Amino acid sequence: MSNLVLAHTRYLVIEQIRVPIGILASAFFPALSMVAFVVPFAGQDPVGATTATGSLMLFGAVSAALTGLGIAVSQDREQPWNPYLRTLPAGPLPRFAGRILATLAAVLISVVPVLVVGALLTEATITPVRLLAGLGALVAGVLPFMLMGLFVGFVLASKAAMAVSQLLFFPMAILGGLLLPPAVMPEFVQALSPYVPTRGAAELVWWAIAGIPANGVSMAMLAVWTVAMAAAAGWAYRRDEGRRFS
Amino acid sequence: MTVLARAIDVTRRYGGVRALDGVSLDIRAGELVGLLGPNGAGKSTLINLLVGLRRPTSGTVELFGGSPLDPVMRRGIGVTPQETGLPESLRVGEIVDFVSAHYPERLGTGELLARFGLGELVRRQVGGLSGGQRRRLAVALAFAGRPKLVFLDEPTTGLDVEARRALWDGIKAFHEDGGTVLLTSHYLEEVEALAERVLVVGQGRVLADDTMRAVRGLVGTRRVSLVADRLPDLPGVLSAERVDGRIDLVVTDPDRLVVELVRAGVPFSGLEIRPATLEEAFLALTTNPPKETAHV
Repeated sequence: MSNLVLAHTRYLVIEQIRVPIGILASAFFPALSMVAFVVPFAGQDPVGATTATGSLMLFGAVSAALTGLGIAVSQDREQPWNPYLRTLPAGPLPRFAGRILATLAAVLISVVPVLVVGALLTEATITPVRLLAGLGALVAGVLPFMLMGLFVGFVLASKAAMAVSQLLFFPMAILGGLLLPPAVMPEFVQALSPYVPTRGAAELVWWAIAGIPANGVSMAMLAVWTVAMAAAAGWAYRRDEGRRFS
Repeated sequence: MTVLARAIDVTRRYGGVRALDGVSLDIRAGELVGLLGPNGAGKSTLINLLVGLRRPTSGTVELFGGSPLDPVMRRGIGVTPQETGLPESLRVGEIVDFVSAHYPERLGTGELLARFGLGELVRRQVGGLSGGQRRRLAVALAFAGRPKLVFLDEPTTGLDVEARRALWDGIKAFHEDGGTVLLTSHYLEEVEALAERVLVVGQGRVLADDTMRAVRGLVGTRRVSLVADRLPDLPGVLSAERVDGRIDLVVTDPDRLVVELVRAGVPFSGLEIRPATLEEAFLALTTNPPKETAHV
């Protein structure tokens, strides 16, 4: 079974790399933001540069997870290749696991440019242990967005999934403080911010990379979002299975 | 003979639509069965049930004595994907490796591609293949796991005559080595060239299950078209409809029909007789099943 998960992951990663538009889109915008805003305005402040680098890495990661998975799953459902795979002697699990792992690979690839800009052009500093902890926090923080992507992908047609995942992503990214630090944002945004999952994910990353204590409300809300999105994705998956394979 | 696949009194509904209605059939080892029927007759539903994509609403479907929903049972089958869905960015060899990875017994990528005349294309991306090459790749994938039973859904649609003959030879070779085939096709010629046994389905039922020769007679109908105000009762009329002032009849014996028409003294003009297409013959069979098939 694990060999099959590997085979599925391998070919989904090959597909992503040969048509890398999704990964590029997730990596390009945050890297550009790094160069345009973080380097000139916060590049000299080690803590500010480090947290900003973490925020923009998370920005790319959430984009790759939510829009990447939402679009891929909705497109999969429309391709006749997908039912064909179900006739092979394996259940739906290897394909599903492969899709998750390939998305995780895309998430990790899409954060690299921001990391490189942060390391080379700013005063951002980090120890190897904190870097690993930060990547761990990134993966944990991205989980609710992968689940959200699955939900969107299982519920919507691919064109709608593309638009809806973008519509969900940008407001959450801004409210969560991934583009600008929460402290400089208007008061109502600051009041709303702890309740969006991006904020909790960002605080998890900031805590891991710079030791900034995380807010309890944001952490609790991240947990609530993760559980709620898992339930929504599970419901959407079963609904889709019932429609297409029962 | 061993039964490889079996349906016992299978009914399948989609919402209010009854796609299959009390279908029973056996596919035995070594058979080459043609499955014929117009669009919407239930062919796809029947195949989807046999390969484990769908569950019957009632009745039982068996594959190698087990459930088609069990992946272990599906190790013995091969299915053709629709060529439009093949992953565009993968190379031909990669797709074959990937599909083969699912099976304990494999034919091997090199041999499989050579057998279907695709050996030169192993490094080519699917997106760069012609329609015919995609079709051949899709059919080849059904054989990747050394199957005992293959389901070939419209295997040669879109192929030129030469490629079609080559593919037929491949299917025949598999069958001569003891392989079992369930084939659907719109081309009567294709089914005639390959199948020994023919299943005709229509409106969710098996209308005929017989040898090729018997079914050929059954669907060997003619279409008679003429202009007339009214027609007397005529023999062997399977269906009749009036289109733009012409009357179109699907009949079993056009000679006798014309004799009867003339004998009745009804004025008519513009008489045309041509072979009915498979589709027309099926429609006639499905809307008005002839006596000969009443026992199935």
